[in-house]
Amino acid sequence: MTTPGVIRGGVFVALVACFPFVAHQHWVMNIAVFTLMYAALSVAWNLVGGYAGYPSLGHAAFFGAGAYIEAIWFNHHGIGSGYVPFIVLPVVGLVVMIAAIPVGWIAMRTRSDVFAIVTITLLFVVQTLAFNLRSLTGGSQGASIHPAPFILATFERPFYYVLAALMVAGMAITFLTARSKFGLSLLTIRADEDKARGIGVHVTAAKLTSFSLSVWLTAMVGAVWAYYESFIYPQFAVDPLVTIGMVLMTFLGGRATLWGPVLGAVILAPAQQYLAYTYGASRLYLLAYAAVFLIIMVFLPRGIIPSINEWRFARAHAVRARAGDADGAGDANRLQQVAS
Amino acid sequence: MSALLEVRHLRKRFGGIAAVDDCSFEVDQGTVTALIGPNGSGKTTVFNLITGYVAADAGDVVFNGRRYPRPTPGRLCHDGLVRTFQQARVFPALTVLDNLVAAAAHPWWALASPRVSRADRATAGELIVEFGLGKVADLPASQLSYGQRKLLEFAAVLMSEPKLVLLDEPTAGVNPNLVATMERHIRERHAKGITFLVVEHDMNVVMRLCDPVIVLDHGATIARGAPAAVQANPAVLDAYLGE
Repeated sequence: MTTPGVIRGGVFVALVACFPFVAHQHWVMNIAVFTLMYAALSVAWNLVGGYAGYPSLGHAAFFGAGAYIEAIWFNHHGIGSGYVPFIVLPVVGLVVMIAAIPVGWIAMRTRSDVFAIVTITLLFVVQTLAFNLRSLTGGSQGASIHPAPFILATFERPFYYVLAALMVAGMAITFLTARSKFGLSLLTIRADEDKARGIGVHVTAAKLTSFSLSVWLTAMVGAVWAYYESFIYPQFAVDPLVTIGMVLMTFLGGRATLWGPVLGAVILAPAQQYLAYTYGASRLYLLAYAAVFLIIMVFLPRGIIPSINEWRFARAHAVRARAGDADGAGDANRLQQVAS
Repeated sequence: MSALLEVRHLRKRFGGIAAVDDCSFEVDQGTVTALIGPNGSGKTTVFNLITGYVAADAGDVVFNGRRYPRPTPGRLCHDGLVRTFQQARVFPALTVLDNLVAAAAHPWWALASPRVSRADRATAGELIVEFGLGKVADLPASQLSYGQRKLLEFAAVLMSEPKLVLLDEPTAGVNPNLVATMERHIRERHAKGITFLVVEHDMNVVMRLCDPVIVLDHGATIARGAPAAVQANPAVLDAYLGE
């Protein structure tokens, strides 16, 4: 880990940890909770959609599955002091993950656009199940969890910190991924999966591992959301907009980067909440959302962080070329001319 | 000499066309064997069938004494058979070093180990020096010329210490200097014990480098022998020049 990296990470965690002590209004904390929720979701999506290059549009299904398992669990068990629903999160995530592995194994035999369509189908299958398995999910009547018994003045804090922890856990997984052969394998799969197979990359193992980790995190976030809302309905628990949110934020910040999804979420999630609040009744905010997506695709197709890195890379090389170039880019250019 | 690779009665049809039609040949240990033939004779398809990129309709591949009824590229790579592609497939966003390390065919339990370990750096470093890629080792492969990418792809498949390397047109589309460089690298690696099967259109290269030469026409082998003998074979002349 480089020193600037440690400082950046430390400052970020400190800022996130201190925020609730600065912001007391409930509406601000509510937006903060949703921002962290989307940050954690985008970080999770980035593992499979960014690093492995498998653009899942079905992640809302895993979010919803996590939400419903949490809700069903606490129909039968008490929530105790209010922290039990948080303690069981890893188990909830694991259940969804185990159920999702065969699905992922089949879906990942397809690629890019076909994979996107297969996974969005999964989203609607799960939503339909949530509507129709009434004895389990309550159907369109919804499912409820006992409201959390936290004191009203700081009601959002536990949710805020748990989501922050999930986001940081996701970032830690991303960081370790990027530094390991696992991450290198994912990048080769993303670039050229057939070539990757031919040089002995463990394609299926790497793909499924990234998918599983992503699903595990996503389902845990879904479970926290269910507890926060304390009443969930199929159309909101398994909502295409949740998928679109995590994809959009990752695209904006930069796929296959550590900070991209978080940056995207910090920009877009409050904007989304604000737009929904301002134009909510007319649903015009969906149009605004679509416009944001188009603008990203036109001006920043690779996202903010990759664009900045590219600019810095180009500038560093220009500087080296000007400085007489002892052994750097200039030689590369010369070699290139000789060889081509 | 024993056969390192044996191809037995391979067949593959694409729609109504028999791309590979009862193709059999052997690649002996320690040779640089050429696979030549007119355009459309099925050379690349044979490569795809051997390495399992395309499933054969019938036939067998025997490599290193082991039969592969359904070969897959990953399995063969881990067992010591690797290939390059006509279009020099490297990973453009990864650096030259990462490209090499990714191709080292690590066992699956190494997935959790550091991206570029000290051992990786040492192995890759030797290849980087050998292939003259030192100046570009930390640049993304997208910054390389086509010729350098060809060299990189060749160097990368050597990372897994293969027994047999299949080269698909190693000198196509590169300048004469680089053709000579590529030839030198093949010779050097051959001297260190690697067997090669080479698809090549440049007959000068084939005649200088390869022995024996296998000729393919309409998806079947029509000749096999020393370069000079094959060159003089009437069936081969007929295949290239038509009746």
